[in-house]
Amino acid sequence: MLNRTQQDKVLLGAIWASASITILFLLWVMWHILSNGLSHVSWEFITGAYTRIGEASGIWAMIVSTVYMVGLSLSIAAPIGIMTAIYLTEYAKPGSKIVKVIRFCTESLAGIPSIVYGLFGMTFFVTTLGLGFSILAGSLTLSMLILPVIIRTTEEALMAVPISYREGGYALGATKIYTIWRLILPSAMPGIITSIILSIGRVIGESAPVFLTAGMVTQIPESVLESGRTLTVHLYKLTQELFTQSEWDQAYATATILIVLVLALNLATKIITNRYNKVSH
Amino acid sequence: MNKLTINNLDLFYGENHALKDISLNIPNRKVTALIGPSGCGKSTLLRTLNRMNDLVENVKITGDVHFDGEDIYQQSDVKALRKRVGMVFQKANPFPMSIFENVAFGLKAQGVKSTEEIKAVVEESLRSAALWDEVKDRLDSDAFGLSGGQQQRLCIARAIAMEPEVILMDEPTSALDPIATHKIEELMDELRKKFTIVIVTHSMNQAKRIADKTAFFWMGELVEHGETDQIFNNPIDTRTQGYVSGEFG
Amino acid sequence: MDSAMTTNTLKLPEKATKKRDWIETVFHLLFLGCAMVGVLSVATIAWFVFHEGLPAFQQAGISEIIFGREWLPPALFGIAPMIVASLISTLGAVIIGVPIAILTAVFLAELAPKWLANLVRPAVELLAGIPSVVYGFFGLVIIVPMIEVLFHIPAGNTILAGIIVLAIMILPTVITISETSLRALPSTYKEAALALGASHIYSIFRVLIPAARSGIYTGISLGVARAIGETMAIIMVMGNAPAMPGSLLEPARTLTANIAMEMSYATGIHASALYSTGIVLLVFIVLLNASLLYLNHKRSH
Ligand SMILES: Nc1ncnc2c1ncn2[C@@H]1O[C@H](COP(=O)(O)OP(=O)(O)OP(=O)(O)O)[C@@H](O)[C@H]1O
Ligand SMILES: [Mg+2]
Repeated sequence: MLNRTQQDKVLLGAIWASASITILFLLWVMWHILSNGLSHVSWEFITGAYTRIGEASGIWAMIVSTVYMVGLSLSIAAPIGIMTAIYLTEYAKPGSKIVKVIRFCTESLAGIPSIVYGLFGMTFFVTTLGLGFSILAGSLTLSMLILPVIIRTTEEALMAVPISYREGGYALGATKIYTIWRLILPSAMPGIITSIILSIGRVIGESAPVFLTAGMVTQIPESVLESGRTLTVHLYKLTQELFTQSEWDQAYATATILIVLVLALNLATKIITNRYNKVSH
Repeated sequence: MNKLTINNLDLFYGENHALKDISLNIPNRKVTALIGPSGCGKSTLLRTLNRMNDLVENVKITGDVHFDGEDIYQQSDVKALRKRVGMVFQKANPFPMSIFENVAFGLKAQGVKSTEEIKAVVEESLRSAALWDEVKDRLDSDAFGLSGGQQQRLCIARAIAMEPEVILMDEPTSALDPIATHKIEELMDELRKKFTIVIVTHSMNQAKRIADKTAFFWMGELVEHGETDQIFNNPIDTRTQGYVSGEFG
Repeated sequence: MDSAMTTNTLKLPEKATKKRDWIETVFHLLFLGCAMVGVLSVATIAWFVFHEGLPAFQQAGISEIIFGREWLPPALFGIAPMIVASLISTLGAVIIGVPIAILTAVFLAELAPKWLANLVRPAVELLAGIPSVVYGFFGLVIIVPMIEVLFHIPAGNTILAGIIVLAIMILPTVITISETSLRALPSTYKEAALALGASHIYSIFRVLIPAARSGIYTGISLGVARAIGETMAIIMVMGNAPAMPGSLLEPARTLTANIAMEMSYATGIHASALYSTGIVLLVFIVLLNASLLYLNHKRSH
């Protein structure tokens, strides 16, 4: 048996070892992708067209599809999610049955694996509603997936707004909706924006439910009823045929773009939270 | 003439009987102070006068409150009532916007559109709240940049901008230093010419200095009320005597 | 009458007030309507998944599907190999990833110098946001070849590769949530333990970790949910053969991979069988959440 001091040493060693493993792996993933990818990210790569045979390898079409997907999913989910959060914090009686039902359903939505959304989206939006493999079908599917994120984060932001603002607004005879619109929502705005950035990250990062609903066409979609391939789906397709050096380079460059996007979103969140913290002190 | 008449008012927070059979008249254009130990129901009574208690879950109110002869609990338009009965809170609660926007908030909430009118009312209200000279050059800066006393006067200006008839104040100076307190007390001396003021205070000296009438509460009951002089110098009830002499509370 | 009242220029006419109340009601209903969208979504998804999945269960039989070892659509729909693959890969990822994650959380919350923690924490948060295809790609180009070399096998696309990739992927989730709950503990806990003469390490393991248990459980269950629901990274590194794996060094197909790989061309009973795969996956998620509830419930007694 080890005595107490020896035990402590072993545990301390385990902690340092674990932390080092974590840090090493994280650095390794980032470094491997970025070091192999950055040199292949060029203006032509970003803005160029793509053909399967290999004479053109740009990702402009995937960028456009990703942007459509982000924009459309958020324009569906953000208003609904924010208004749900408003209902839960400002209107519903806390702890009432309806709140419990809504909470339970939102949590369930958050728990459903994304592949099940893909399954559902493909049957319901693509086939039953006849939208076909399209940006619209993909966005509708993803908007269900990000809805719980938006609701929960917005709710937290609204609950952080001091009661004294509400009291102050109502004491002036302002209507509820005016107080919400002019006082509560603006105060909660940093939190709401953070929730939207989080959901942008989710939309960019998803892949399985995307190709099952939006398809994989590598052309710039001309309308939301056309299919489009997002960046993540593109990376997946590229990794299935890694034969030539150019294909490897494309895969690394696409992965690099994805990491840079995530990095940018993270930075944006940090900037907003920092600025907000400064104002409130 | 009485601006507000409270008759046999009982209030329950769930099981908690917070106000017990209160009857009290609030005279027009006078300062009425509500005093009493912590938890005796002063804030609760104040908040029944503009129906802010409606926002609390599980409140039950019986009895009535007449405002210019009209029962405010029979009338469905709470917003119109709150416009006529302004409120200033214990902790200054400026909104996270500019000084100007703070004062203009209520007007805009009522749908007043004319910039000219809003500007005029904002200036007028800030003057009445004795804040104009201090802020006239920085109306567009953030209200949180003001000192605590200035913030509280801003909240008073915000209430005045609605041209209320009554202003309710819940310990408006308890978070302020003596100099800022003095400024607000001076201001109240001006305000009483135009408004009916009901103020909750923990400072007996403040009540003595500013109030025309004083009402003493004790565990949800109104023990005694009358001219401020009488309450402080010749209290009838022994509990009042004990409280104003500083024995407890 | 009082003059203040009559000169009140802002008093609204009766009509305007009525209109306002009407607007209030409209908005109230609008917000309520939006809140119902989430409820409706869950109901629709549940209905669809079960409605589409039941025919397969009815035709092929529940036990043939769950315990069947052959997946040969449209004849045989046994998903036992996928169930095993999903469970083994998740379990493996948890066994490797969770201890490392919890100890890293302890490191960040208790031991790391401030500058280091402030550097590592955002990096960990960043990694939580990196798309799973990127992890899959990393696994494909690094982990898979490494396994080939280490174990002298021709194809490194194995359960082991899946386990390692999933273990890396759940690190950020478990670390972030465990660290938050460790930090949320009142400092009196640690002070009390230290005051009794316990060493720092001893009080971490005997006082802090047990006290932060419910947060750590939540972190683990989110990690498990991420692992069992992960699709693309798994498809990219695990080989996807729908046969019962004999060891960690064989390829396998998880429940999620089964759906993703075949859904785009499946029809009829085959598609229904993929829905049954989805139902089984959902059952695992429900069990996971139930056990989290149970653990946290037991603790509060
Ligand atoms: N929102 C509420 N819900 C339930 N009970 C309340 C609420 N507000 C006040 N009470 C209770 O009502 C009683 C009177 O409270 P109130 O705030 O009116 O006292 P107060 O005289 O203003 O005290 P203080 O001088 O401390 O401000 C107390 O017992 C208090 O606990
Ligand atoms: Mg009070």
